[in-house]
Amino acid sequence: MWNYTDKVKDHFLNPRNVGDIEDASGKGEVGSLACGDALTLTFKLDAEGRIEDAKFKTFGCASAIASSSALTEMIKGLTVEEAEKITNEDIAEYLGGLPKEKMHCSVMGREALEAAVANYKGVPIPMAQGELVCECFGVTDLEIRRAVLESNLKTVEEVTNFTKAGGGCENCHERIEELIMEVRKEARDEAKSEEAPKRLTNIQKIKMIEDALEREIRPALRKDGGDIELIDVDGDFVMVSLRGACVSCAASQTTLKEYVEKKLREQVLDSLIVEEVKT
Amino acid sequence: MSDKVVYMDNNATTRVAPEVLEVMLPYFSDLYGNPSSMHTFGGQVEIAISEAREKIANLIGASSDEIIFTSCGTESDSTAIFSALQAYPEKRHIVTTRVEHPAVKNLCENIDKITGHKHKVTSLPVDREGMLDLQRYEESLTDDTAIVSVMWANNETGVVFPVAEMAAIAKSRGILFHTDAVQAVGKIPIDLNVTSSVDFLSISGHKLHASKGIGVLYVRRGTPYAPFLIGGHQEHGRRGGTENVASIVGLGKACELAGERMEEENTRVKALRDKLEKGLLDSISHSMLNGHKTERIPNTTSVSFESVEGEAILLHLDRFGICASSGSACTSGSLEPSHVLRAMGVPFTAAHGSIRFSLSVYNVEEEVDYILEKLPSIIQNLRDLSPFWKGNHSGAVGSSQCKCSC
Repeated sequence: MWNYTDKVKDHFLNPRNVGDIEDASGKGEVGSLACGDALTLTFKLDAEGRIEDAKFKTFGCASAIASSSALTEMIKGLTVEEAEKITNEDIAEYLGGLPKEKMHCSVMGREALEAAVANYKGVPIPMAQGELVCECFGVTDLEIRRAVLESNLKTVEEVTNFTKAGGGCENCHERIEELIMEVRKEARDEAKSEEAPKRLTNIQKIKMIEDALEREIRPALRKDGGDIELIDVDGDFVMVSLRGACVSCAASQTTLKEYVEKKLREQVLDSLIVEEVKT
Repeated sequence: MSDKVVYMDNNATTRVAPEVLEVMLPYFSDLYGNPSSMHTFGGQVEIAISEAREKIANLIGASSDEIIFTSCGTESDSTAIFSALQAYPEKRHIVTTRVEHPAVKNLCENIDKITGHKHKVTSLPVDREGMLDLQRYEESLTDDTAIVSVMWANNETGVVFPVAEMAAIAKSRGILFHTDAVQAVGKIPIDLNVTSSVDFLSISGHKLHASKGIGVLYVRRGTPYAPFLIGGHQEHGRRGGTENVASIVGLGKACELAGERMEEENTRVKALRDKLEKGLLDSISHSMLNGHKTERIPNTTSVSFESVEGEAILLHLDRFGICASSGSACTSGSLEPSHVLRAMGVPFTAAHGSIRFSLSVYNVEEEVDYILEKLPSIIQNLRDLSPFWKGNHSGAVGSSQCKCSC
């Protein structure tokens, strides 16, 4: 049995704003019978451009009905621009949380809102423009990318929980895996060193240290006639040996700490400690 | 939730009959001996187990030495299938159906991982009423087939397969035959003296008013057998592990009761099921029965309501204390509706809105009337919410370029 919050139960048992607005300003339809849930959302703007009324009709489970009901309550009184900022996480939060397997219900709410806004503006639905990844549930790469980025998803299973993608024939699992890697890599590149410490296997760590040395550190040292060799890695301790001009250089310890260690911390792991071993 | 409980989910599990509980209790207190012990204190427990074994064998027309106690129906299924594969290691083909319980279905799908070599699995399709094509079954059997595993009665629809005939066909081809009979035993008469070609048969205690944690594998005398749990000499070396004495004694009592109540099950309970089914189909439009009308165990009905979703129906029923289950995707946490309904080709509009009621001898007519009073308005309320009910949802925009092949 699902562990629904009281707020989910309340919105499921006593759904607010059920129906269709006849002369709606915007109307969005998402989902389908085959998919197991579907939602029609209509809203009407007042003279000041605020949403004065919103109504929904939903086919689906308790959390789909509750998410739809919550959404209509949330957008009333907002301008279209304000309403557009509502994410699926906001809907889930409004309901006091949803079971992880049910997060796609809140995603459906948001997508219905986007479809209704696109209808109001007379533009195509942004999320439907991408490459169709999951044929079973009609999910595009744009929807998957956004879910991965916004909800920090790491596995195909999580993507399925949030977007339904991959929940059918499973043929698209490989593609979803690729998308997760892509999005997370982009996010990492953007966040650079701000990211939390990563968990690396020893082999990954050594490989990344070697890469960093080869790519950047050794060429820089060589310019001054010096060089560096990786001797060993033990946990966070990186043992190196200085070569060439570095051996006799008075500033070599500063180079080691201020340059080599700094670079390795940036590119590999921020807990690394570089130590010189004399060989 | 209401204080009242109307329990019609007996294919999920059943209440332990009070008579069963009563005979079990002493084995949790005074009679705690180990049946393998040499002393009289343990020996009396062994006698109780023998008596239970006899009662279970009686219910299905078997000999008591053909009864092996296991922990559950799933263990019985696994034991039977692995026995056959070990008996014929050169044979690499299994025949089963698309509507099996996960205990058999998932095992067959993953069997290569466990045995370490490839197997071919033929999953026979079913028609719109959930029935098998016997000719197709016969054609699927090859010299490479090690075992056929076909359920006796389906847990979701109650549809009964022609197991006797299918087993005879397998036997004529020298192929071992297993049937997962957890939903059939105790509900319809089974006589393995007559149905003499079944080699393995699985029973689950908690489906027939015994406790959870006890199962039986029937193994016909002379059938090749390899233990699944290897350990002590219990069950004559056929299943290691100290006996679950209280549950075994309880299952013996439950089988005795099931035999006594078989007629009631097939008359009074069946009549209640039929009244419920007819009442729902008559009073709720756009509803349909899933499964064959007559080739069915007497306690089960699966009805679909178009344009509404099963989990939502169940949660509304739950408010009134009514316990049932659904083949909808949302109830299982998977995203697709039940594999049984899909195999039958039930349209999506109905598969998501399926509700199964499974009765027992403990149900009474007032409970059927109560459901007939509550359910129609629940369906109507959910339909008023549904964009597919008198709506014009096109289902073709946003994340709904859905073209499920399932």
